[in-house]
Amino acid sequence: MVEELFIQGNEACAKGAIAAGCRFFAGYPITPSTEVAETLARELPKVGGSFVQMEDEIASAGAIIGGSWGGTKSMTATSGPGISLMQENIGYAFMSETPIVIVDVQRGSPSTAQPTMAAQGDMMQARWGSHGDYEPIALSPSSVQEFFDFTVKAFNLAEQYRCPVFVMADEVIGHMREKIVIEDDIEIVPRKRPEKTDDYLPFENIENGTTPMPAFGDGFNIHVTGLTHDERGYPDTNDPETHDKLIQRICDKVLNNKDKICSVRSENCEDADIIIVSYGAPVRSAIEAVNKARANNQKVGYVKIDTPWPFPDEQLREIAGNASDVLVVEMNLGQMYYEVDRALKKDANVHLMGVIGGLLPTPDEILEKIEKIGGN
Amino acid sequence: MRTEIRICGFGGQGIILAGIILGKSACLFDGKEAVQTQSYGPEARGGASKCEVVISDTAVDYPKVQSPDILIAMSNEALIKYIVDLKDDGTLIVDPGTTDVEDVRDYIEEHNIKVFEAPATKTASDEIGLKIVANIVMVGAITKITKVISKEAAIKAIEASVPKGTEEKNIAAFEAGYALIE
Repeated sequence: MVEELFIQGNEACAKGAIAAGCRFFAGYPITPSTEVAETLARELPKVGGSFVQMEDEIASAGAIIGGSWGGTKSMTATSGPGISLMQENIGYAFMSETPIVIVDVQRGSPSTAQPTMAAQGDMMQARWGSHGDYEPIALSPSSVQEFFDFTVKAFNLAEQYRCPVFVMADEVIGHMREKIVIEDDIEIVPRKRPEKTDDYLPFENIENGTTPMPAFGDGFNIHVTGLTHDERGYPDTNDPETHDKLIQRICDKVLNNKDKICSVRSENCEDADIIIVSYGAPVRSAIEAVNKARANNQKVGYVKIDTPWPFPDEQLREIAGNASDVLVVEMNLGQMYYEVDRALKKDANVHLMGVIGGLLPTPDEILEKIEKIGGN
Repeated sequence: MRTEIRICGFGGQGIILAGIILGKSACLFDGKEAVQTQSYGPEARGGASKCEVVISDTAVDYPKVQSPDILIAMSNEALIKYIVDLKDDGTLIVDPGTTDVEDVRDYIEEHNIKVFEAPATKTASDEIGLKIVANIVMVGAITKITKVISKEAAIKAIEASVPKGTEEKNIAAFEAGYALIE
């Protein structure tokens, strides 16, 4: 049955998790993500799932890694201060190829800064927060509907590529209410269990650069470690080739599938002199700014990045490569801006409109910035 | 058409629920588009509370209120703070039990503001016997004054939003608010 609801983004995220098959949540409540935990605490037991309020965030990340190796799709939700605390275990999840979903409803930062205000200050932490080389997948919703849809997608990608997936929301999207439509035929990627054969190896490239993992208790005799390991999972820390092969595979499983993972949307870019690039809540302002500009015969378009990580270089170059100016609008002092600038190389002048303080930039503020760029 | 509504008062008055009911009425029962947002301090009760609803016939892109068409003030502090954003010829609805419009008389006259007094807190206490339904009384008054949502949609949204077992009291509160304005 198709369901229509008028709910908060955070509630939609929780519903998306349940729809995707999540049956374990461990977390430590933090504004502005708390309603994700609150909703799942109420709803998970009704569908046979479990909710645990942990002692802190690193334990929360540890618990969902354990939940996933127990064979259950698992998630946590937090905000900036919590994502900082989780980083050690996030690295472990990448190294042990554990599918988990981490929701970050971003607030004013650094430190505890602005609990009830919006920001997008954790984008680089999602990319580089833990030490070493790895390639994360991150999705940024711009509506309550997308917070539902992207949470489902995050679980699907986590299963396909056996890795952590971030849903990088922000306070605006987490707390606002809109209508969402929940279809009855949502595409779900179920957890694939390996066949118990004599030659099963838990860390080799069978499909998508990885291979289905067993659950603890399935009777497989394997080893899971954060140390550099061979295809059996056994530590082999001094052999450069083992390390190189492992880390290359962990990175390549995402990089080689960028065409399937990356998603961008754009409008009015074909003839645009100026293209606005944004993700998350600022996309809402960008769309209205473009509508106003077009009504005023200004050639302005927009690109909405659904997947900040892996960064959609090629798609962006295809759409925005011909514009003379590109304006990146984000709620930090410049994070994805550097990626856009790198991707477009010298094709366009890339400008930054970095807004901090907690308020969503308005369409008029964007238009003012566009006027300034046009005047130069 | 895009209508921007701001409801403001103290935390604990049910300001946010009032906004949720407006949004839910519009987009689940009146076939329009709506977005509800809110801002509040770290306190659970007593701090300033602000709830915004944008209702439109077409998709709502920018979700926040920039210059409200309709301002509903349930505290004097909020009235004084937010009156300056109200559009020329805009609509102001106040609860005279918790606000004093004389404090903003100059703005009202300069900007041709239409003022309505809806004694929501008093009506909730006297007629329903429950001060906490003042927010729903106010939803009744907003519905009658602004027609931004239909009465039928409002009743359905209230039934879908209030705790089970309290529907009757809340509908009575809505009707009492609806009857406050001629």
